[in-house]
Amino acid sequence: MAHVRLKIQRFNPEMDSAPQWREYTVEAEPTDRVLDALHAVKWHHDGSLAFRRSCAHGVCGSDAMMINGKNRLACKLLIKDLKQPIVVEPMRGFAVVKDLIVDQTKFFEKYRSVKPYLIAEEPPPATERLQSPKQQERFEDTTKCILCGACTTSCPSFWANGEYVGPAAIVQAHRFLFDSRDQGAEERLEVLNKASGVWRCRTIFNCTDACPRGINVTKAIVEVQNLLVAHAKQGSTTDAAQ
Amino acid sequence: MATSSALSSAYGRPKPTGGLELWSWVFMRVSGLLLLVLALGHLVIMHLINSVDAIDYDFVARRYIGWFWRSYDLLMLVLAMVHGLNGLRVILDDYLHQPVQRRIAAWLLYGIGGALTALGIVAVVVFQPPSSVGVP
Repeated sequence: MAHVRLKIQRFNPEMDSAPQWREYTVEAEPTDRVLDALHAVKWHHDGSLAFRRSCAHGVCGSDAMMINGKNRLACKLLIKDLKQPIVVEPMRGFAVVKDLIVDQTKFFEKYRSVKPYLIAEEPPPATERLQSPKQQERFEDTTKCILCGACTTSCPSFWANGEYVGPAAIVQAHRFLFDSRDQGAEERLEVLNKASGVWRCRTIFNCTDACPRGINVTKAIVEVQNLLVAHAKQGSTTDAAQ
Repeated sequence: MATSSALSSAYGRPKPTGGLELWSWVFMRVSGLLLLVLALGHLVIMHLINSVDAIDYDFVARRYIGWFWRSYDLLMLVLAMVHGLNGLRVILDDYLHQPVQRRIAAWLLYGIGGALTALGIVAVVVFQPPSSVGVP
């Protein structure tokens, strides 16, 4: 066991007028995760510390937060790999509910706006909708998203303009846009083609760096942009032919 | 089966893609590439091939006898101004959230940008080299 120093941004809207920093020293193994250190704070030092976590194994995406200046999952980051004091803040760009918990209402509104589900016009076949491994590979990368919000809240375009649909929603749209079984492209592209859609991306790559699942987020966004351009070109050719 | 088709038709007719944001994004990429060639060419001619000391009124007047360099400069001017103005428009959209602020900023941007572009175009198009220039 070693001493681990943490500097955590605390904010209780019922009591504080502004967020404040508090430092804690806890006992933990170097091979423990940041989440274990947060648990040590909550269980042995200050029970009022609030943060989200569920599976604690990098699958559910509940404990995304800014750790030493970068959006990370607290359950995937080892203490030995970090400089101390470990600085922990809530993700930026959302209102803070309490301490490390942010209000994700708008995040999920944007997620729902791109219709993140299979849209198929044809009646379902007797067995399953078949797909070749190659067709599946086309959108494999974006199926890995766990909706933790690390990408969207690391995006300077989103910080500046909260109307921007954000990388996470675009990743979700990408997952269905490039699915050979899906037929909802027109509906999703209409949402993504708005001023608040994919065009707000400045290819800053913060999202790609932040993604705890290693998704090539910026690449996915550019693929959706190119898809929109291809559709527009196709549309203008069809219009000219008519 | 009936449910699935009813669900799909409920979404209504999709609007065609296209529009200002899409084409301005395409324009930024195309003009960016063209400007890279044009501006680098300009830099090489004006600063590497010719010395800055050698560039004077006569030098410009000689270049502007024909239409090639005029067209080159005109293209570079228009592309650079529209590229820059569109970039600023997008930044203003990001950072200004009140509709009134946006409108005022947009009018100022288009007014000043348009005036500067017009001034540049007039200078390139109207300029008449004196008849003595180009005579050896």
